[in-house]
Amino acid sequence: MTELSHHLPALQVVVPMLSAPLVMLLRPRGLAWAAATAASLTAFAIAIALTIGVLDGHDFSYNMGSWPAPYGIELRVDAFSALLLLVVTGASTLALLAGRSSVDAEIDPQRQPLFYTAWLLALAGLAGMSVSADAFNIFVFMEISSLASYILISGGADRRALPAVFKYLVMGTVGATCYLIGIGLIYLMTGTLNLADMELRIDQVADQSPTLVAAGFITIGLALKAAVFPLHVWLPNAYTYAPHGVTVFLAACATKVALYLLLRFDFFLFQPNLAGHDLQFAYFLMPLAVLAILIGSAVALFEHNLKRLLAYSSIAQIGYITLGASLVSLTGLTASILHIFNHALAKGTLFLAVACLATRCSGLNLSNIAGVAGRMPWTMGAFVLAGLSLIGIPGTAGFVSKWYLISAALGEGVIGGLLVAIIVVSSLMAVVYIWRMVETAYFGTAQADAVSGEAPAALLAVTWTAALANLYFGLLSWLPVTLSTSAAELLVRQVP
Amino acid sequence: MELFGLYHYWVFAILLMTGFYAVIAKHNLIKKLLGLSIFQSAVFLLYITMGKVEGGTAPILQAVLADKPFSNPLPQVLILTAIVVGISTMALGLGVVVRIKEEYGTIEEHEIQEIDRQ
Repeated sequence: MTELSHHLPALQVVVPMLSAPLVMLLRPRGLAWAAATAASLTAFAIAIALTIGVLDGHDFSYNMGSWPAPYGIELRVDAFSALLLLVVTGASTLALLAGRSSVDAEIDPQRQPLFYTAWLLALAGLAGMSVSADAFNIFVFMEISSLASYILISGGADRRALPAVFKYLVMGTVGATCYLIGIGLIYLMTGTLNLADMELRIDQVADQSPTLVAAGFITIGLALKAAVFPLHVWLPNAYTYAPHGVTVFLAACATKVALYLLLRFDFFLFQPNLAGHDLQFAYFLMPLAVLAILIGSAVALFEHNLKRLLAYSSIAQIGYITLGASLVSLTGLTASILHIFNHALAKGTLFLAVACLATRCSGLNLSNIAGVAGRMPWTMGAFVLAGLSLIGIPGTAGFVSKWYLISAALGEGVIGGLLVAIIVVSSLMAVVYIWRMVETAYFGTAQADAVSGEAPAALLAVTWTAALANLYFGLLSWLPVTLSTSAAELLVRQVP
Repeated sequence: MELFGLYHYWVFAILLMTGFYAVIAKHNLIKKLLGLSIFQSAVFLLYITMGKVEGGTAPILQAVLADKPFSNPLPQVLILTAIVVGISTMALGLGVVVRIKEEYGTIEEHEIQEIDRQ
């Protein structure tokens, strides 16, 4: 390895974090956006370089300040974190490239530099959570990303964004504090904060009960952050009233990173060291996942606001991710990790298309988009493509992960058959709620005062790039499949 | 009695639940934030007390203190960071409450919901 590539894990966090205060100083119009986009693109390039390295077969480990691993803070990039880094930096870059016109429409020009500063801090925090191998460092990055996302969401034009942010702030802080309690209890028993070192030392602790309590606190805390049903109540309003670009960014990756940590802690740390933890994990998460899938999809059926509808669909999709994990098997985990990637792709594209619609429609209720397809054929084309991916039609990315999920469920006997039925029912509900939007847009009667014309070209180009990525990863799925298979192997190797 | 010998855990648990109760039960947004602050402070105490060694001195390398036990400084450092995080959260939360007051004219949760429903 060359000198520079050795530093890539640190640069992944440092580039957006140090660009953030710089962006704040750039007052001339458009410059802040350009700098933030450049920083995000650089972060994306670093994530790609890290992924190429991981695919070549070497994991990255970096000692911050050259302090050796169990004492200093270690950054570690393996297949799982590389996949997450791709999702986080990719979503941020696409949303920034697309988002300029929609940010101009929603955020006061005076405050735009501050807005982009918060954006880069959120990016730095999310990337930091993905690369850090130090439990307390993860907490700090979690809070950096959360505080920055509260700011981003409160930039929404609708005043209802404010109570939504308040709710998110309270629940997010309770979640992070629960995580902190769990880490404290483990530190109390093992005297270490490095995840790999913790894993070795928990084994030597005779009394398992503090670890059990810690596992409970960490799982609940991260489940709150990840909006696992029934801890999801902060999510719909936060996504609905956030600025459109922010919704694209956060919907694609904020909950995913918390899910990543949930899987990493439960499988890497607790499964091998707590007797019966795999069963407790499955019994706890599986019913919640099933409820999330059914209730999330059912609520989405009756929603009228596009963004809120897609937010409830996200809750159902998070259910798929936890369902795969709750099977505690190699295929189940592969499906779960794969769905983190594919859902980010599908939902990111859908929210991008919604951002396109928002530039031309007077509102985002179903009635506002009636007959819009005649005037905005490209936007609705991308919307349909991403919708198909969300449903899981063969040839799109969503199909690949559902295929893995169903084959994992089929390996589980009778319960598996039931789960497959639930997945199919929920997919049918997805067909219905996507169809409602498509039907209104294509066959509805347009309002008299409707504005004509397509969305801005830049926004449209990015939306189509993302939509085509849904097709690409549906047909040539080797990259996410390879990464999630090796990530699942990393995690499951620990299961006895 | 061992149950009371570990009294600092009791303090931690009682404070934690006091804060959590306020977060859930109070309708006033400021009171909710105060509850959140108590909730976080309880965890700070959990960390601070775990680092204390009975009869321990400050962890400074000195010939006179060479054979004395010393308290673990790491939890204090961690909590210094966590306190900063807590302050930022509180500042941001209060900022949001100010904005809510400007927009809605109230900081009572059910009144805000009532206004939104209209």
